[in-house]
Amino acid sequence: MKRYSITSLLRNAMNYHEDWQLAWGSPEPKPEYDVIIIGGGGHGLATACYLAKDHGIKNIAVVEKGWLGGGNTGRNTMTIRSNYLREQSIPFMDRSLEMYEELSSYLNYNVMFSQRGQITFIQSAAATRRAMRQKNTMHLYGADYRAMSFDEMKRRLPIFENSPNARHKVSGAVYQKSAGIARHDAVAWGYARMADAHGVDILQNCEVQGILRENGRAVGVETTKGIIKAKKIGMAVAGHASVVANMAGLRMPIETQPLQAFVSTPIKPILDAVVVCGGYGAYVMQSDKGEIVAGSGADPYPSYAQRGTPPIIEGVITAVTEVFPVFRRLQLLRQWAGMIDICYDGSPIISKTPVEGFYCDVGWGSGGFKATPISGKTFAHLIARDEPHELAKGFTFDRFEKGKLVLEGGVGYNRG
Amino acid sequence: MLQIPCPWCGPRAEDDFICGTEADRKRPKDPSALSDAEWADYVFNHDNIKGNTGEQWWHFRGCGRWFVIERDTVTHEITPIEGGGMK
Repeated sequence: MKRYSITSLLRNAMNYHEDWQLAWGSPEPKPEYDVIIIGGGGHGLATACYLAKDHGIKNIAVVEKGWLGGGNTGRNTMTIRSNYLREQSIPFMDRSLEMYEELSSYLNYNVMFSQRGQITFIQSAAATRRAMRQKNTMHLYGADYRAMSFDEMKRRLPIFENSPNARHKVSGAVYQKSAGIARHDAVAWGYARMADAHGVDILQNCEVQGILRENGRAVGVETTKGIIKAKKIGMAVAGHASVVANMAGLRMPIETQPLQAFVSTPIKPILDAVVVCGGYGAYVMQSDKGEIVAGSGADPYPSYAQRGTPPIIEGVITAVTEVFPVFRRLQLLRQWAGMIDICYDGSPIISKTPVEGFYCDVGWGSGGFKATPISGKTFAHLIARDEPHELAKGFTFDRFEKGKLVLEGGVGYNRG
Repeated sequence: MLQIPCPWCGPRAEDDFICGTEADRKRPKDPSALSDAEWADYVFNHDNIKGNTGEQWWHFRGCGRWFVIERDTVTHEITPIEGGGMK
């Protein structure tokens, strides 16, 4: 891998940028690998990268049915934060945020991480209690989170208005200063480039259609490019976790639902924080291109359609224009949805499965992007050493039958 | 916007309804006879079908009754079931 730097930029400028090295190759599948990762999104690529770099495994393939980062990695709204509620989640997500702080230099790839802070509006008395509970819980783990007075919030967000007709009046906020956004494509591309440099085969347009098993052990995958054998198989799939798990004979505590997002026409810089409207469960921010980006929770029924329905659009627009009336005159430019796999307790599964040699890193719900580095790190640790990483040992496959749920707001919570 | 055909009220907009769960999900007759894994399978696990599947819906903001429809989770094509699946 030729490193990107100011000198490489100057050198390539001399050649009219025609001689840049390809960021990753397009190899043909080998007949057998030590590890196959199913899913070439951020999580799968990060896993492959850490397997090669941290654990010295060289013979790895990432199998992706479409193109790199073309699933939820390219469909999320880029927010990175660690305000969770449980002892399993907070240190895990906080470590992910720290990894993001160093990710651009680690990958030698600019992921455009911008720690602009996240302000969560408190819009009811019950929300005040919830916010204070969350703040105190975060402090137990040394994470950055604090209350923000109404006046400070108003200074920070001059365009904010508490309309006299507002259904959910804002009384204050909680604030995570270290939260921010990163360019989601760059995270996938950066990990892909690093993984490729360490000998990982990235196989795009190669869809897994079956999991080969012998004596209860997963031994390979059947793909559109033929059968590929593997000693270990890791599934880092979003939006199709149940479908792929089903190929290995497993049933998952997961429901797939569409999560929508919206982008307005670009405007000049006006909003320099990620704002969450707690009362509506909606969020809004401004992208580096100037678009106002907004979204909320998932459509509350199962769907694999990669599109959403109008009630959510109406809810998001109501929430955003109620607190930022200046946005009323904006026009929506694009609307889309990604399919998210929501676990029953709202936490991921990073775990071995009852099928030997078949590991899963799934069920990320609406929160996968922020966890990309730590997900890759802990999943690689699990696959390489056959034991869970210290930070991820609560996210097991069997926690449901053992009653050790990590409740963060899952399918049940999401049902109207 | 989905139009869900309530067998008693006729087609209504989706936000009248709450999607319950898979149609063939039945509470086991004797839960105490099940192992933890079997009970967890009933409580938490889903087929989560991609394609045509039966679902229970609740006309929450209408007549308040439950019924069953078939819906394709990719195309959202809905096939009503005679009598709402309630015998």
